[in-house]
Amino acid sequence: MAERLFTSVIWLSTALVVAMLLWILGDLAYQGMPHLSLNFLLSEPMSAGRSGGIGPILVSTLLIIAVTLLSALPLGLAAAIWLAEFTNRGSAVGNGVRLCLDVLAGIPSIVFGLFGNAFFSIFLGLGFSILSGGLTLACMILPVFIRTCEIGVSSVNDAWRKGAAALGMTRSAAVWHILLPAASPAIVAGLILGIGRATAETAALIFTSGYVDRMPGSLLDSGRALAVHIYDLSMNVTGGDPAAHASALVLLVLIMLLNLLAQGLSDRWLQRRLSV
Amino acid sequence: MMTPYESTFTLGEVTEAEPCCVPVPHLVVRDLSVAYAERHVLEKVSLDIYRGCITALIGPSGCGKTSFLASLNRLTDLIPTARVDGSILYEGQDILSQSVDTLGLRRSIGMIFQKPNPFPLSIRRNLELPLREHGHRNRRILDEKIERALTDVGLWEEVKDRLDSTALALSGGQQQRLCIARALVLDPDILLMDEPCSALDPISSSVVEELIIRLRSRYTVVIVTHNLAQAKRIANYAAFFWMKEQVGKLIEFGQCQRLFEAPIHGLTAAYVSGAKG
Repeated sequence: MAERLFTSVIWLSTALVVAMLLWILGDLAYQGMPHLSLNFLLSEPMSAGRSGGIGPILVSTLLIIAVTLLSALPLGLAAAIWLAEFTNRGSAVGNGVRLCLDVLAGIPSIVFGLFGNAFFSIFLGLGFSILSGGLTLACMILPVFIRTCEIGVSSVNDAWRKGAAALGMTRSAAVWHILLPAASPAIVAGLILGIGRATAETAALIFTSGYVDRMPGSLLDSGRALAVHIYDLSMNVTGGDPAAHASALVLLVLIMLLNLLAQGLSDRWLQRRLSV
Repeated sequence: MMTPYESTFTLGEVTEAEPCCVPVPHLVVRDLSVAYAERHVLEKVSLDIYRGCITALIGPSGCGKTSFLASLNRLTDLIPTARVDGSILYEGQDILSQSVDTLGLRRSIGMIFQKPNPFPLSIRRNLELPLREHGHRNRRILDEKIERALTDVGLWEEVKDRLDSTALALSGGQQQRLCIARALVLDPDILLMDEPCSALDPISSSVVEELIIRLRSRYTVVIVTHNLAQAKRIANYAAFFWMKEQVGKLIEFGQCQRLFEAPIHGLTAAYVSGAKG
């Protein structure tokens, strides 16, 4: 009896979660599809986004994500390697850094937005720009990315570390040729989490990359991200709902595509490491 | 009390161990002590490792054999709390001195581990990586060295058609032979082996054992083994370690056959007869 109750609770909970997800997806597809067209993806928004498309917004979004990933990836990997390989187990400095990262990971994105505004936009003079926005998002995703990668790198089979050392290989060679490829599933997982968070971010961008919906001319131009656009359409623009739904649908597809891309690129990189 | 370091023996005693006839010390270990944090695991061990011979380290688990082995190529450096005292002379230089180039040292003194640890890369890359690390870039030379090392361990015929597939798909015995090839590819002088057969099935184990015997004349081998029969079969010299007052100590060192058939120390006699340990 208890066993059956247990089983049904588990099934029910799962069904509930999946149903919610399907509902959101279905609703988005149902309401957004009619508005979606190639023209919508390419053209400039008109009348505050009620009509026209999301071309410049899509470009801004991709640029912001590119800045985020290009700055977060090397920094994050380096920090993760330092934590996993260059600090002794139980060292005070390492544990201090880990604690800071875990606290930072829990900070609301709006706080990162305010920090980004103060630091990148004002102090560094980058203003409201795609660069400010991308760097702010990098700060936001770094804590989780670093910790995920660190766990990935430190859980790599210790026998390979010893093997590499016994062959007279330098630590950097062991990291580059053996540990990183072996940890790549964890790195990709961290990357996908980061991409998802960054692409869907609104609050941190309002203060940093702004909401100008023109086509950006450079990384120092303000640019409106998709999530900001959706927020604006649904909260501030009456009659903006159809366009908001279509934009949300595009956002979802975009995140999926980026995840597939991350997975595919890492697989290819791994393939190259494996053979040569 | 008798000194644990037995230095008197005559050449005439070397009967079984044919390839090794002139005992020239290759490594001279004096007063080697190893401690992890405050815990001493090995105390004041002195012995000579002879060139071109197989020296077996025998004794129960936890008596410091592996720590002794790891000191010989400074792999103890990987453990931040490890402290190694004493001296190990190799080619006129003390291995334990801070100024020693450990990367170069480990190239000359290779190591094989208990569990085969091929890298998660292709067979070719497993061998190529250490070569490239030590400055070999020429494709032709790389291929030559790889083929020679694989031939030496009897793996070439088995894997020559799948050099670019992952090494992890090999069987345990093949993986261990690949690891030996990976050490050989760097042309080392000395091979340290930490129970290289104990994780293998009996057939793979005997293949690897035969390989070790074949390597004897070309390399100096130091091997930790729990398998006394194996030590008897392959080793020229044997060192018996035992735990005394929680610290590993060298009890007896000598020619392998002599140590098994006429042990001087009572503990050795008890251990090799199976009465103790």
